Amino acid sequence: MALDVFAPWEDPNAKPLIQFQNVTKRFGDFTAIDDLTVDIFEQEFFALLGPSGCGKTTMMRMLAGFETPTEGQILLAGQDIGAVPPNKRATNMMFQSYALFPHLSIWENIAFGLKRDKMPKDQIGERVEEMLRLTRLEKFARRKPHQISGGQRQRVALARSLAKAPKLLLLDEPLGALDKKLRQETQFELMDIQETTGTTFVIVTHDQEEAMTVASRVAVMDHGQIVQVATPDVIYEAPNSTYVADFIGDVNLIAGKADPQGDKLHLHWADGQPALVGSPLAGITKGQDLHYAIRPEKVSISAEKPADAANAIQGEVHDIAYLGNISTYHVQLPGGQIIKAQAANNRRISRRAFTWEDKVWLSWTDTAGVFLER
Amino acid sequence: MRRMTWFNVTSLTLGFAFLYLPMLILIIFSFNESKLVTVWAGFSTKWYGELMRNTAFLDAAWVTVKVAFISSSLATILGTMAAVVMVRAGRFRGRTMFSGMIYAPMVMPEVITGLSLLLLFISLGMDRGVFTIVLAHTTFAMCYVSVVVSSRLVSFDQSLEEAALDLGCSPVQAFRLVTLPIIAPAVISGWLLAFTLSLDDLVIASFTSGPSATTLPMKIWSSVRLGVSPEINALSTIMILVVAIGVITASLINKRNVVRQRREEAAAEKLA
Repeated sequence: MALDVFAPWEDPNAKPLIQFQNVTKRFGDFTAIDDLTVDIFEQEFFALLGPSGCGKTTMMRMLAGFETPTEGQILLAGQDIGAVPPNKRATNMMFQSYALFPHLSIWENIAFGLKRDKMPKDQIGERVEEMLRLTRLEKFARRKPHQISGGQRQRVALARSLAKAPKLLLLDEPLGALDKKLRQETQFELMDIQETTGTTFVIVTHDQEEAMTVASRVAVMDHGQIVQVATPDVIYEAPNSTYVADFIGDVNLIAGKADPQGDKLHLHWADGQPALVGSPLAGITKGQDLHYAIRPEKVSISAEKPADAANAIQGEVHDIAYLGNISTYHVQLPGGQIIKAQAANNRRISRRAFTWEDKVWLSWTDTAGVFLER
Repeated sequence: MRRMTWFNVTSLTLGFAFLYLPMLILIIFSFNESKLVTVWAGFSTKWYGELMRNTAFLDAAWVTVKVAFISSSLATILGTMAAVVMVRAGRFRGRTMFSGMIYAPMVMPEVITGLSLLLLFISLGMDRGVFTIVLAHTTFAMCYVSVVVSSRLVSFDQSLEEAALDLGCSPVQAFRLVTLPIIAPAVISGWLLAFTLSLDDLVIASFTSGPSATTLPMKIWSSVRLGVSPEINALSTIMILVVAIGVITASLINKRNVVRQRREEAAAEKLA
């Protein structure tokens, strides 16, 4: 594979476009952002993901210039932008409510920012036409925002924020108001537009699927801090904490005591049950409290005990969630804990192998799950 | 449609009669031939002709319109500014007191407002006339404008202004190019309200005017004390007509906008 992988965050010589340096933001007694440091690189599609109130919107508003950091610095291309007002920044924002100007036509909405830059009239016209083409809105140029549909409004908002060719485009829950199907289509559209324009995108979202789909890197936030920044697959496969593992997708978490055994780590999690086996973590001592995280789709379910599986536990089918393409089996272990296992429904449902209260074996390899210290 | 009961019909009739019968009588008698206001002597428009030749009334009308126009414009500017500050500034020390002080003139007895302004003008040694009436009307109309505009601003999506800033507007440009056009209907109705308040004010104008300036309500009031003449009926009829045309036009424009907006939104939904 000669395909060049885009990963400037792994290159120590790469210059970040945006640098948060020990940024703290307080509103009265409330600390929205707590000593946060992160680099975002040019042409990245960077997602800020977290529950509401985690500080992701505050981070975005500081980038746009609507809030200033209480402590620390934010650098854009090496320049401290703390004191620069929003109208003097090379950033543009797409608002959650779209914030289209209701008294102006679609054409005038897109031209709004260009006119402020005193761009010559013919160039404004060209640029607006280009944006209309990019977002497939040519037919609606003369309409007012309330005369078009929600999906079209979303595209107008995007076109307006891209028109000034910003160094950095901020997207605040851009797809929140769209229904699921339109949202999925629009996610791919966003990625295409990001690639064609080469603009750096920072997106705020609480929808983990959306973040995973569009982003080159995802920052998972909690209580004003970034818990983990990594590519979507690392976030999913190798979360650094139970918080991240639990926030992204579905996960089984098993608590127990550590027991390092050579190049493997064992976890004693219940009396009378075999220890779980997995790849070790650095600096773990015997008897330390640990969590084991394993994704449901990595757990196999079978009637007989598999001969060569590193981990195998017997249990009883407690519940089955049938989702069409897959089924999730909730298997109760002797200690009462429920483990979820997913299996593809590649046979018709009438031929399903297991049903309620069947005794089954759950098994997985020694690299399928991860140990987590916190 | 459900038929109305006799009780509903009666109460509706009585209610409207209570509201409009006095005005109706006034209008009818403005077309009276006789000089006696209470005796009908046949249809005539001669009192309207008399009115047109009465320069005292015409002068007073001109003063009133001039005062109403200037004071309502000033009140609209000041009231809109006050509304923006009150809605946008968030919490600061003394916010409640400050907003209370803006609205206080609404509930203050006019006599007190008028008297205190009179004392102020005297102590400043100002000649009382059109200018002092304008100042006084601006003062009390401003709070009405501010109430009307701030009720619109509360539902105004703040991110519209942020979007304007984000796209390169200075704060003043953002207000002029985005906020003002959107809240314009509220500003215009605030202006209309201030205009009508100024038109029919008698008490405050009496306190703050001087011998050089007499407004129409003052003129009517002083002539009525010498006896009601059919001329005043004619004048009042014209005023009723002007106000009615204004109110009906404003509501028609408003209604047409609402209907058009609804139709366009429905069309957009279908399109989606």
